[in-house]
Amino acid sequence: MLELIIQNAINALQWGSFYALIALGYTLVYGVLTLINFAHGDVFMVGAYIAFFVATFFLVSLGVPGWVVLALCVPLTMILTSLVGVTLERIAYRPLRNKGAHRLYVVITALMCGLILQHANLAIFGASRKAFPPLIQEHVYNVGGVSFTNLKVAVIVTAFLVFLILHWIVTRTRVGMAMRAISYDKFAVPLMGIPLDQIIVITFVLGSGFAGLAGLLFAMSYPVLEPYMGALIGWKAFIAAVVGGIGDIRGAFLGGFLLGAIEILVVAFFPSTLRDLIAFTVLLVILTFKPTGFFGVAKTTKI
Amino acid sequence: MRKTVILFLALTLSLALALPVLADTIKIGFNISLTGDIPKVGESSKFAAEMLKADINGAGGLMVGGKAYKLDFIYEDNESKAESAVTAMLKLIERDQVLAVVGPNSSKQAVPAGQIANDNKTVMVSPWATNPDATLDRPWVFRAAFLDPFQGPVAVNFAVKTFGAKTAAVIYDLSNDYSKGLAEIFKQVFEEKMGAGSVVAFESHGTRDQDFSAQLTTIINRKPDFIFVPNNYNQVALIVRQARQQGYTGEIMGSDAWGSAELMTLCGDVCKGLHFSTHYAAAGATGATKEFIDRYTATYGYTPDDVAALTWDATKVVLQAIQNAGRLTGRLRTDRQAILDGMKAITSFDGITGSMKFDEEGDPVKCAVVVQISQTGEFEFKESVCP
Repeated sequence: MLELIIQNAINALQWGSFYALIALGYTLVYGVLTLINFAHGDVFMVGAYIAFFVATFFLVSLGVPGWVVLALCVPLTMILTSLVGVTLERIAYRPLRNKGAHRLYVVITALMCGLILQHANLAIFGASRKAFPPLIQEHVYNVGGVSFTNLKVAVIVTAFLVFLILHWIVTRTRVGMAMRAISYDKFAVPLMGIPLDQIIVITFVLGSGFAGLAGLLFAMSYPVLEPYMGALIGWKAFIAAVVGGIGDIRGAFLGGFLLGAIEILVVAFFPSTLRDLIAFTVLLVILTFKPTGFFGVAKTTKI
Repeated sequence: MRKTVILFLALTLSLALALPVLADTIKIGFNISLTGDIPKVGESSKFAAEMLKADINGAGGLMVGGKAYKLDFIYEDNESKAESAVTAMLKLIERDQVLAVVGPNSSKQAVPAGQIANDNKTVMVSPWATNPDATLDRPWVFRAAFLDPFQGPVAVNFAVKTFGAKTAAVIYDLSNDYSKGLAEIFKQVFEEKMGAGSVVAFESHGTRDQDFSAQLTTIINRKPDFIFVPNNYNQVALIVRQARQQGYTGEIMGSDAWGSAELMTLCGDVCKGLHFSTHYAAAGATGATKEFIDRYTATYGYTPDDVAALTWDATKVVLQAIQNAGRLTGRLRTDRQAILDGMKAITSFDGITGSMKFDEEGDPVKCAVVVQISQTGEFEFKESVCP
């Protein structure tokens, strides 16, 4: 029984890591712009595809060994995915923001951008699924009846590292201070000589970059890629961010792992049909008692 | 002047009315999944149909009642969804006015779409659907594949005999009629044979799920002799891999939905050595089957999967029925009725997936094969089971 619990805990940590990594991107953008970037789940999908193309290019065309490919994949995927995120901001969100459009219109634009990414992918690369090539040799370790792989451990460790890095950036650096300042007062900040647009771009770079990293790790863990892979997981990660208190990095991180844990535990002990029912009922109850989420504070500093 | 206009109008009108009668084409609709969860299945169907069309049109067309008709195949995408399959079916029947429909392939789409075909009195032949409900109480609906109540026992008997299995675990897709139906039949048959409780775990998941670790943890903890996975090939790739990651080293067995040409691209090495029940084995085929496989491989660059072969058979069955009808009048309702009678007149059909004859439900009585995935990724014939 004990090993069953520990095994499920490891499963939950790994699955929650993906929610947490994606939720961090939602929360960063929301924290700075109070914009729900609904395209974020699809940016994650684009990240997985970019990782796929980078990996196959180096593996097949150049014949580079797997671990080198991985080492190249991490920065390249993050850079290319953040370019996608920044492009979205430049061509879709910024013009609206500059015209002073209501937030609602920007959110709808974000939703549409997500759909455009999905269907552009479908149109360009076709409906066939892509198989992500194995980059590293997976080892299965078995300790006292509990099985885990090096990849699983790497995913969990990465999620924690990303959280620590983001937390450090937001709380300890000048850029982070500027981000927090924007979330305080968007109109006063430019008067202090802080370049608003630049900080927003940096926010998107961070959010999308880590979504790309999540996409790479996801593609390695679940190596079947399809255009709609980001939609559902993106929405769920958004809900996780809300439960954690959207706008707060700790909240997104905790919310992601909470949702992962509930999902895995429900499936482990109940029929899987009940998974989303129970998971979202629990989240709803949490929100009823704490409408701002765990770390959210109504109407004050966000991020 | 006015007379000229009227004459001109009358002439155009009579031409427009006469054209459908003059044009000697036979329109057949294909309700297939070109996008969505199982796009490769639709692609295989389309490729096989194109090949058949080129053959027949190249030879001058289909002879019906002493007159040659060109074939016109209309491919409608059902996005691998049940509701889109219904829309596609209505579109084919009403707008495109096809004489008969081939597809949908998966039971998930064939069960709802079959109702539409039956209500609109149009013959539908599903190449790949194995769920009994697809043709049940629907005189207008037929299929080219065997049924799950037959496939279930094939899997059970094979596992008991080959793996010496005394216990089994099942993981299936709850929102897929095919997967759910087959999983339940399997459980029932296995427990009848090996005693109550011999199916130690019966776990489900959703269509869009990517993580199966919780279900597999439960399954592996109960220590089954083998795991039965009646799922679509895209999920199989993830399930088998994750089972191995959780340290499971035992046997895994699948059903005919594994048999897509894309299984090995997605699954890779972890699927090698596993078994599944299916409609035909490409490796080691002879006669007309081999000829079909060779031509398909030469044209499209990969070995045709069971869907391609079944579509070929299903379409040929429809063409046979049209020929049996004897004469086409150009009136849609009459012709569709004639095709139904033509379907019923088929006593035995020699297809590339084996010979079949249709029973009163519109289901063929035919053999199943069990194949093993070889180290080179080919589906090798292991044994054949006939009813």
